[in-house]
Amino acid sequence: MSNTNKPRRTPKETQAVVERSLRRRYWAERRFRAYGFTAVTAGMAFLVYLFFVIFSNGIGAFQQTQIRLSIYFDPQLIDPSGNRNIDELRAADYPAVIRAALKARFPEVEGRAATRDLMRLVSGSAAFALQKQVIADPSVIGTTAERWVLASDAVDLLQKGRMDRKLSEAERPLSDNQIAWADKLSAEGALALKFNKTFVTGGDSREPENAGIWGAVVGSFYMLLLTLLLSFPIGVATAVYLEEFARRNRWTDLIEVNINNLAAVPSIVFGLLGLAVFIGFFGLPRSAPLVGAMVLTLLTLPTIIIASRAALKAVPPSIREAALGMGASKIQTVVHHVLPLAMPGMLTGTIIGMARALGESAPLLMIGMVAFIVDIPKGVTDAATALPVQVFLWSDSPERGFVEKTSGAIIVLLAFLVVMNTTAVILRKRFERRW
Amino acid sequence: MTPAALLIALTLFSVGAFWIGKSRSLALVGGSRGVRNLHSLPGHYGLMTALWCALPALLVMGLWLAFQDAIILRLITDHLPAGVRSLPANDLSLVMNDVRNLVAGNVPADSVSDAVRAASAEYIEFRGISRMALTVLIMVMAIAAVITIRSRITPQLRARNSVERVIEWLLIGCSTIAVFTTIGIVASVAFEAFRFFSIIHPFDFLFGTSWSPQMAIRADQVGSSGSFGAVPLFAGTALISFIAMFIAVPIGLFSAIYLAEYAHPKFRTWAKPLLEVLAGVPTVVYGFFAALTIGPALRGWGESFGLNVASESALAAGFVMGIMIIPFVSSLADDMISAVPQSLRDGAYALGATRSETIKQVVMRAALPGIVGGVLLAVSRAIGETMIVVMAAGLAANLTANPLEAVTTVTVQIVTLLVGDQEFDSPKTLAAFALGLVLFLVTLALNVLALHIVRKYREQYE
Repeated sequence: MSNTNKPRRTPKETQAVVERSLRRRYWAERRFRAYGFTAVTAGMAFLVYLFFVIFSNGIGAFQQTQIRLSIYFDPQLIDPSGNRNIDELRAADYPAVIRAALKARFPEVEGRAATRDLMRLVSGSAAFALQKQVIADPSVIGTTAERWVLASDAVDLLQKGRMDRKLSEAERPLSDNQIAWADKLSAEGALALKFNKTFVTGGDSREPENAGIWGAVVGSFYMLLLTLLLSFPIGVATAVYLEEFARRNRWTDLIEVNINNLAAVPSIVFGLLGLAVFIGFFGLPRSAPLVGAMVLTLLTLPTIIIASRAALKAVPPSIREAALGMGASKIQTVVHHVLPLAMPGMLTGTIIGMARALGESAPLLMIGMVAFIVDIPKGVTDAATALPVQVFLWSDSPERGFVEKTSGAIIVLLAFLVVMNTTAVILRKRFERRW
Repeated sequence: MTPAALLIALTLFSVGAFWIGKSRSLALVGGSRGVRNLHSLPGHYGLMTALWCALPALLVMGLWLAFQDAIILRLITDHLPAGVRSLPANDLSLVMNDVRNLVAGNVPADSVSDAVRAASAEYIEFRGISRMALTVLIMVMAIAAVITIRSRITPQLRARNSVERVIEWLLIGCSTIAVFTTIGIVASVAFEAFRFFSIIHPFDFLFGTSWSPQMAIRADQVGSSGSFGAVPLFAGTALISFIAMFIAVPIGLFSAIYLAEYAHPKFRTWAKPLLEVLAGVPTVVYGFFAALTIGPALRGWGESFGLNVASESALAAGFVMGIMIIPFVSSLADDMISAVPQSLRDGAYALGATRSETIKQVVMRAALPGIVGGVLLAVSRAIGETMIVVMAAGLAANLTANPLEAVTTVTVQIVTLLVGDQEFDSPKTLAAFALGLVLFLVTLALNVLALHIVRKYREQYE
């Protein structure tokens, strides 16, 4: 192999050549290693940045600006007939009560347009809140009380520093006057951030300040519960059959290939299946958690089956042999001995599958879970939405205030996912057994 | 009874049947002392009774409920006024939709015509009759089963064997669901797609370059002839997937190499799960992130360089999708690199190769088929990804290779065409199923290929 035409190098020359190339090669080594480190760091940096953006945007959603007004529950406005009739109390002109309170606060404001601007500091729902208070306790009528009412989303943005005051008046949702009033209230301590109960306990709304995630959380809960009830038994049964009972033949090969492929089919295709079969063919109701759960079941089954099979495989054959040797039947062997040992692994896989199902939204769009639903769903066939779909819906809303709500909903969603995945990890750590 | 209540009743009934069967078997042999005279354990007799009580009833109930809606709709269609019944099929299905909505309480009763109101009242009446009949039928079946099985229980009855046979069949039944899902996907998507292809020629769909899914409502309408050339969608999908892979493959691959070959085990134990968190974040979060942060940021940078970047550019969607896919590439590549036998590395070191030379010239070459398989799986994931592109990519079907422009993808169009109220037979909605068919077939082909490559490679070193 040696090249005879070249003059032979002395050992010293060879050493020099190698040393020169070594420096280059070591340099390449360091560079290569740096690439690797950079890649890992970049991945982490994306993760950190993603969480930073979501949290810095969303943490404010848990607080809402409120305005303290001393409200005179004017009998003339609320209950002119004086008989405390509940229908009359309900139909009374509560915005006028708020208007009066605001005008008392800012006596210098005059004229229709200015009053209207003043009213815009307060959320449209503040009147309903007063209505509820009065109906709950009619004795307040005729008294004056300090009440915190919900500020409008524009004032909320201003208070949270999310509105650029330097913009010209036309580009801002608040006029110079409104900002001045808000600042005055703020300076007097009558404008403050309070815990946003509506966001945690309310349903969806068109106004950012009234929107809550509870409806979506309940929808997601029903859906996950049903998905779990459907997919866990079916997934475990499939895994047990394939791992413990099935003879290897074409039929079981076909099932295995199918499961592996379904694990990689885009989720939206499952949505198409749900739309065409469950809704189109079987006539199940649109937007219902029932249909969502059925689609998510099909979607998570491969994950659960694959994890359960791995857990069953990890149970050593000696356990089965011992049970069979003692005269147990095959089913008894599996039910009494193999399944309990494989259960932690199966549960881990199931929780991971459920976490995936909780974050899934594309198939739910297909089966109509994107409707605007204010009510909290009361059953599995009520129209409902799910947490990730709520995120999608809010992110589509033009109001600036929804950016914060969207991020807030994402924080809640991520919190659920973290809890589920941590449970899975702990379960695995705690019950993992090496044979 | 509502189906849910019936289900609960049946469950309680089965529990009762279990106790009846168990105590009957014990009574036959004179209490727990005579258990050894029984062929099977008392619980097996109970289980047998419970299974015979529940399973046939469940089967009947499932079939009944599956077809109840269709049959009732057929019945009330026959009772509709002649004027409504003679409507074309499309309009009739709209009327039926109104009926369903009214029954479900989604629309107020005064917003629909008298015919619809009458029909929905009739629907509710028929549904009530149907439920009543079902309840009676189920109860009769369950009681009959319990009585029959109870009279058959003898100490010689091989209850365990029959219970185990039933359980094995149940297991087989569950495992076929995966097959039925695939059949269901293919059948439903293909069925609607073929209806679409009977209106639009497949050739026009696959090779046409103009996409504007509007169909004329009237024949003389101007400017809405509707064209269903899907090439811009395929090109947009390919462009975004390419950008995603351009981000994900180098970062994922180098991360995998670093974590598998260089990193300290301690660093690895917390860095690897942390990277995998990226895959666990719901895609809707990425979509929001892309639309809120990356899109405007790219637009701002573009402006400072004098470039015109669309606010819903392919680059923003592709970039974020790439971040999402990093862990798929890295964990698969990690597995493949770890599967390369240490002896190969030792051989290279013995010849004087540095670590990076070993990795580049020995490990990567040995792991390459597996890594290619992993990348193909990641590509199929990128093609099928929906939420990121729905939220961050546009709707405009531009046929362009410029990543700074807005493009649209197959999944975006499926969502756009199907979300919202639409009748089921317009080419517009059917087009979504045709796109779904293409999506399913392409990802299926990629998956089969990738799994084949991965499996073939894995066997080499086992």
